[in-house]
Amino acid sequence: MADPGSAGRFASTRLHIVSGKGGTGKTTVAAALAVALARQGKRVLIAEVEGRQGISQTFNVPPLSGAEERIFADRSGGEVYGLSVDAKKSLLEYLQMFYKLGRAGSILEKAGAIDFATTIAPGVRDVLLIGKIYEAAGRRTKGRRSGDLVYDAIVLDAPPTGRIVRFLGVNHEVAGVARVGPIKNQAESVNRMVRHHTTAVHLVTLLEEMPVQETIDAIADLRTAELTVGAIIVNQVRDPLLTDEELAAISADTVAGRAEAVEAVRTDLTGAGVKATKVMVRGLFAQAHDLADRVALQAQEDAVLAEQGLPLAHLPTLPGGVEDGGLAVLADALIEEGIV
Amino acid sequence: MTRDTHAPEAAPIEIDRLLADPGTGIIVCCGSGGVGKTTTAAALGVRAAETGRRVVVLTIDPARRLAQSLGLSELDNTPRPVLGIDTAAGGSLDAMMLDMKRTFDEVVLSHSTPEKAEQILANPFYQALSSSFAGTQEYMAMEKLSQLSHEAAEHGTWDLIIVDTPPSRSALDFLDAPKRLGSFLDGRFIRLLMAPARAGGRAYLKVVTGGITLTTAVMTKLLGGQLLGDVQTFVAALDTMFGGFRQRAEATYALLKDSRTSFVVVAAPERDALREASYFVDRLDQEGMPLAGVIVNRVQRLAAAGLSAGRADAAAEVLGEASVAGTGSATAGLTEGLLRVHADLAETAERHHAQTTRFVAGHPGIPVTEVPAAAQDIHDLDGLREIGAALAVAETPGVTPGLTRDAESRAG
Ligand SMILES: Nc1ncnc2c1ncn2[C@@H]1O[C@H](COP(=O)(O)OP(=O)(O)OP(=O)(O)O)[C@@H](O)[C@H]1O
Ligand SMILES: Nc1ncnc2c1ncn2[C@@H]1O[C@H](COP(=O)(O)OP(=O)(O)OP(=O)(O)O)[C@@H](O)[C@H]1O
Ligand SMILES: [Mg+2]
Ligand SMILES: [Mg+2]
Repeated sequence: MADPGSAGRFASTRLHIVSGKGGTGKTTVAAALAVALARQGKRVLIAEVEGRQGISQTFNVPPLSGAEERIFADRSGGEVYGLSVDAKKSLLEYLQMFYKLGRAGSILEKAGAIDFATTIAPGVRDVLLIGKIYEAAGRRTKGRRSGDLVYDAIVLDAPPTGRIVRFLGVNHEVAGVARVGPIKNQAESVNRMVRHHTTAVHLVTLLEEMPVQETIDAIADLRTAELTVGAIIVNQVRDPLLTDEELAAISADTVAGRAEAVEAVRTDLTGAGVKATKVMVRGLFAQAHDLADRVALQAQEDAVLAEQGLPLAHLPTLPGGVEDGGLAVLADALIEEGIV
Repeated sequence: MTRDTHAPEAAPIEIDRLLADPGTGIIVCCGSGGVGKTTTAAALGVRAAETGRRVVVLTIDPARRLAQSLGLSELDNTPRPVLGIDTAAGGSLDAMMLDMKRTFDEVVLSHSTPEKAEQILANPFYQALSSSFAGTQEYMAMEKLSQLSHEAAEHGTWDLIIVDTPPSRSALDFLDAPKRLGSFLDGRFIRLLMAPARAGGRAYLKVVTGGITLTTAVMTKLLGGQLLGDVQTFVAALDTMFGGFRQRAEATYALLKDSRTSFVVVAAPERDALREASYFVDRLDQEGMPLAGVIVNRVQRLAAAGLSAGRADAAAEVLGEASVAGTGSATAGLTEGLLRVHADLAETAERHHAQTTRFVAGHPGIPVTEVPAAAQDIHDLDGLREIGAALAVAETPGVTPGLTRDAESRAG
């Protein structure tokens, strides 16, 4: 745990990119991070790029329409806006902005060119998606306090580790296919943004073999691509429920020693109002034994992560899922762990 | 026996019958990310092989330790025998790990002259497409499946093919991605680009009069002429070779509808995964694709059955208070811990049960098999055998998990 009172390590980060193996909790952690930032009075944009409505589900609000909508407000005055970036819409917006296309947009659409550009032209889709983030990150307010940045921080619920480097490394990809033109320029701007010192890629993982392995691989890949790795966020950490000594005792327990222990525990149980058979008590021991094994394995995985020399944060498993204030619990944990 | 009489029950999948049936030629394991597709595919492979089938398993990105146990360290994109399989029943097991880029390259190589193949393989659009298009992995999994299926039919190498599917958020991606790739490659815009080169393109051109120039002009500006040029060369090369990607995708798709094919949908006993399973089951039904059933994997089981989460928590509370008051026994702390561990597991078990029951109720008539969560990852043949055995002695879903039944049988 971080020493209390220290400012979060990523307090000066403006673009938080959240990746990780599929299903480890990227969307949940991104949402918690957005809430944590809003707690500090910030105006935050949380964006998703896979059109899955994960954000609206996690915040329990109606589906996002494609516009930036306010989905959370904190007493501090902080706010979270949600955006589900749509590549097609971005492309049309973009064409409108640069070419004042008007009706021509629909001709392109009819000719299948929009579909082509947003789906199959390699890398172009990614440029469009992250280009929208670039636009929002640099957008300034109009009117009275004009000139201020609209958002203090942006959290991106990004594609999983398997695709993250390619997604962020759009420049390289696009260089191979679009060698000139606005898409290429856009790719260059995006490239500068993702490599900026106020951008960090956080990796969400579980303490299991495959997610940890993917995290380690992703760190290496991100570094090779000269992208800044932020924190490793270990999600769904389970409370071991037993002390280290108890776990050690159970692991080391010999069958000979156990008969006595079984009897003692049975007496305790009876005293506490549970009529227990020996079979049941042995079952309780077996369960704890499995748990001890699992805790030991998790400790091993945790040690592997710690070796990476990156900030490490642990988020608890929410017994009731993210509904019912679960996000707030995770947001608090992120603050307490010194992330923001 | 505390059996919830209102809980609907589903028959489990008759796995051994499915595996033994010579009419079963292909089993496809699908489901959303991380639910256990690869593990299930491998476990079915081991079980089928050890009961006499000549099996090949196509895995996709298996966990490293599992890959090692299956001898999948060689990445040559062809099946290799798995060592340590009991072949007494006359079966065998080969396994491979999909290399998507290589599979794509093979498709190109096997359908064109060496010069032409070289031209395609060097094409920048092809290179980007074969390694990065979102649906390529799914498409290549299907491609490999059809290759294996041809090989099995021609040489009689295998009589059962088991396929794993790529990790994707939605199981539906497996069915949709190949079509998407096929239809885009063969889609309107590509045809538009190719139009000047084709006689038949004239009529189409008229429809979009004026549009064509604008479209290509804008696209050229936007993406650069090079890309469009690369795409044109690529598609032209493919087109003359084998009549379009769509047909190819459709042929493979047809294989999935074959009566010798069976789908096994894997899910975790959680809301999201079961919802995905639901979509998938409905979709298979619409497509007329044969579903063997749903496997609910990693279901929490209790070794100390017969004690509810609530009662365990209450008793733990009593012991905790006694400890604080100094009236507890020497083992009170340990007993309290054991109870808390149990309460936590029992709660999970109850939740899993509730989710599964709801799924079963919503899908009457669909076989559902529960597989208990092993204490640890499955990374060797013994682990796979255990999963296979659990699949075969499937318990009937809808029965309260582990409550009383196990306790009675164990106590007896
Ligand atoms: N700390 C937690 N405690 C309990 N449940 C959690 C926690 N974090 C995530 N979950 C649950 O785990 C599931 C997966 O989480 P989430 O959707 O955030 O993952 P993801 O990495 O975004 O998945 P995908 O790769 O599919 O986008 C969800 O049902 C979510 O509610
Ligand atoms: N019944 C089980 N008990 C315990 N662990 C299991 C069980 N089934 C699978 N696992 C473990 O769960 C993890 C995920 O399983 P697996 O790789 O088979 O999932 P998958 O659906 O193929 O995932 P992906 O979508 O990433 O390809 C592995 O570590 C595996 O060992
Ligand atoms: Mg997500
Ligand atoms: Mg897998």
